[in-house]
Amino acid sequence: MLSKILNILNYLSSKKTIKYALYFFAIIIFFALILVPPIIGILTKTGSLENIFENPELMDTALGAISASFIIGLVVSALDLIAGLPLAWLIARGKSKWLSVLDTLADIPFVVPTAALGYSLLLFWSSSGGISDLFGHPFVSPGWLLVMLLHFTFSFPVVVRVIVGALMDYKMEYERASRTLGSPPLTAARTVTLPIIKPSLIAAFTLAFARSLSETGATFIVAAGVFLNGPVFIQTVSNQFNSGAISQASYEGATVFASLILIVVSLILFALIRVIGQKMKLPFGHGLASLEKKLSYKKAVLSRNGVALGVFLLIVLVPSLFVALPAFQALATGTTFIDVFTGSGVWASYWQSLFLSYGLAAVVTVLGILLGLPMAILIARKTFGKIVSGVLDTLINIPIIVPSIALGISLKFFWSNISGLPEFILLVFAHLAITYPYFVRSMSAAMERITIDMEEASKTLGAKPFTVFKSIVWPITKYSVLSGAIIVFTRSVSETGATLAVATELQTAPVLIVNWVNSVRTGLSTIVGVNELTVGLACGLLILFSFIILLILRLLTKKGNV
Amino acid sequence: MPNVRVVNVTKKYGNVYALDNVSLTIHDKEYFSLLGPSGCGKTTLLRLIAGLIEHDSGEIYIGDRRVDQDPPEDREVGFVFQTFALFPHMTAWDNVLYGPKVKNYDSKQSETIGHEVLELVKLSERLDAYPSELSGGMMQRIAVARALAAGGKILLLDEPLGQLDAKVRNEIRYEIRRMAKDLKLTAIHVTHDQAEAMSISDRIAVMKKGKIIQIGTPKELYMHPNSIFVAHFIGESNFLEGYITKIKGKYATVELRQGLTVKALNEREIKQEERVVLAIRPETCEMKIGYITAENALQGKIDKTTFEGTIIRYEIRLENGDRFVINRPSLTEDWVEIGQEVTITYPLDKAHLFPYPENGLTNETSV
Repeated sequence: MLSKILNILNYLSSKKTIKYALYFFAIIIFFALILVPPIIGILTKTGSLENIFENPELMDTALGAISASFIIGLVVSALDLIAGLPLAWLIARGKSKWLSVLDTLADIPFVVPTAALGYSLLLFWSSSGGISDLFGHPFVSPGWLLVMLLHFTFSFPVVVRVIVGALMDYKMEYERASRTLGSPPLTAARTVTLPIIKPSLIAAFTLAFARSLSETGATFIVAAGVFLNGPVFIQTVSNQFNSGAISQASYEGATVFASLILIVVSLILFALIRVIGQKMKLPFGHGLASLEKKLSYKKAVLSRNGVALGVFLLIVLVPSLFVALPAFQALATGTTFIDVFTGSGVWASYWQSLFLSYGLAAVVTVLGILLGLPMAILIARKTFGKIVSGVLDTLINIPIIVPSIALGISLKFFWSNISGLPEFILLVFAHLAITYPYFVRSMSAAMERITIDMEEASKTLGAKPFTVFKSIVWPITKYSVLSGAIIVFTRSVSETGATLAVATELQTAPVLIVNWVNSVRTGLSTIVGVNELTVGLACGLLILFSFIILLILRLLTKKGNV
Repeated sequence: MPNVRVVNVTKKYGNVYALDNVSLTIHDKEYFSLLGPSGCGKTTLLRLIAGLIEHDSGEIYIGDRRVDQDPPEDREVGFVFQTFALFPHMTAWDNVLYGPKVKNYDSKQSETIGHEVLELVKLSERLDAYPSELSGGMMQRIAVARALAAGGKILLLDEPLGQLDAKVRNEIRYEIRRMAKDLKLTAIHVTHDQAEAMSISDRIAVMKKGKIIQIGTPKELYMHPNSIFVAHFIGESNFLEGYITKIKGKYATVELRQGLTVKALNEREIKQEERVVLAIRPETCEMKIGYITAENALQGKIDKTTFEGTIIRYEIRLENGDRFVINRPSLTEDWVEIGQEVTITYPLDKAHLFPYPENGLTNETSV
């Protein structure tokens, strides 16, 4: 039976029409489901812009919030690079066996859902029980500084991960050549290594910037009503509309205005970063070598590593996990423990939201693989030529670049034209649009690492295209597929902005946490049975599940040496 | 001046000895080759001299200065990598000027050096090109020019011709030697190609499994190999197994398989009745048609002939079943047909006797 199916698949895969039909289907789905709806959605509502032009106060607030988004994004991404580079260097080049532990620790804030992360940071930096106890008053009050700390915390691991990857792939021969030509280590790094890995540094900066622009849930928590950036502004306006504080016209005008500017400015900025970044060259720095020589050895290296570790532990890791403290306190009270696991009271909605989050993530991951795989092959193998492949490669980045709440708002407008579409489907579409690029990216990168020779060798030995895929491409790339799938899964579980934008009834875990935190911290829309301990425990459990996922990720990727 | 001394250097990777208590001296202005099969430790030794890896024990001196604790940038060596390692983000010209710039020479001085070394490597065009736009030969010249421009008096070359095709390789190897000699540099050249090492080196160190087996001029290694491994690795040898049955003066009578007896020079003074290996170079033999009775002759039939351009290679099945190869000029001699009975003779002092290796002949000659 199985061999019959394989024969049929082999037969079908050898038919050019079927192969190209599959590729065209992948392209059509990409345009129809991922790329076009957000563009059309926002464009259909441009008529509502006049509502905000009539309300200059609201427009000023929106513009102020959007500028804050871009300023924070740019500053945080730059700080990420400055602080992330020494840590990435230590992880990639250090010789201690403990560095693999550090490598794993560096990933933790990446997989912790940002809503839980936001609450953890709020507790650590500005609540009693946290670092504020040392000073007798909130060390960092909710506001722009806390937002910056938050954005630094969740984007830092992304930057470190990308740079570690680049340093691992980097051919050490260049650096060695530089050393034999007279460069001390720091000069070799500045003049040779960093310029060569510049594309990865730009990619790291871009990803950090995109994450900062997109993040909604956690920012909403730490902004605590005293600070607005783009996504928080959109969410605040949505909340005001839902509570009847503003009219639909003002709501639509403000959200379309903010989303449009966020989308357009993001696209322009990313294009600029790409163009300027590629052309930008560091000056050679005549005469710096002697200073760099002093900074290259023992004491200076120890101090640099010490600062890098200190920043990571004190600003990233400890604040990220601080929420575990109230979680343990909550578990210590027996009744809470029983309530949690019997699902009574507010915990019923918690488990519901958790199941929704993981169910949604699973559906999105499966769809992402099915729809993304042909696209990844198309891009990596340049099936339709270099130009088409390059264009598709650029276009799939757009959903990463566009702030997710703006994407969500746009998708909501687009799909609301089709009446009767269940909210779950809407959520699937939104999450698919946001996570699709991550899978295609990692998969096409993995495909590019396999030389075409192997596939051709397999073909000359008589294998049909499906057998080539099954026996050559799949065994080599399966761990990349798995790690890509896990990135999609965790990203979907973490996603708050687009979820808040498209769903009014369904509540995913991060959305529930945002609501619970609001209930506890602001007293607005109070939820009976929710207190600081329950929120702490909810976050703690979410982090625990994230740890398990991280562990699986590490085990799977280690097994496959990817 | 800049001679290089390596004293009792050991380097281990896990439990494997990459270098096992290696000592050698490379003289000032000498063109020295480290020759051996893959994994013999030759590149490890070169990288230790350059400071690119750290040794476990021993000492390394450049001139009178002990350098094994110094970083690579302080050792003043030029290093040419097998992959060239040209910086991909810099033009050919910027690559060449990298060393002078890092050493903070003023721009005029840097440019003068740049032009001088490019003249030496005979390359003055395409200097604005990036490495990816250059041919293998051009990249190789730029890599050498870059190493020379940095101003070191010692040039370390790690299989510098490995990436080039045969024709270019043959041309460039002599040029590298000429440049090193013109600039009065001490050059250490790593290669696994014995023909390359023989043609350009003043002296060669033959290495195997982390040890130096023999150091000598190309002629010494070829004419007087100190081991079966060197006899096998440098040039080509026929190996015949047997026992010494009689010793008379400097010569020994060896009984080969099936009672065949021959004589050979017993320079290692191996005792009677010991098991030995007789090594005879194919080029040293004479071949006559038909079976001729002589004191030091081997008889057999031509099994296979291979035309290799200037020579013909004959594979002969000896009477006792052993295989024997000889090379004869292809243009000045008549070719002998397959199946023809022939007699092989060799000069006694060109046949080397070695004690039979403890781990077997196959193991000893494996590379």
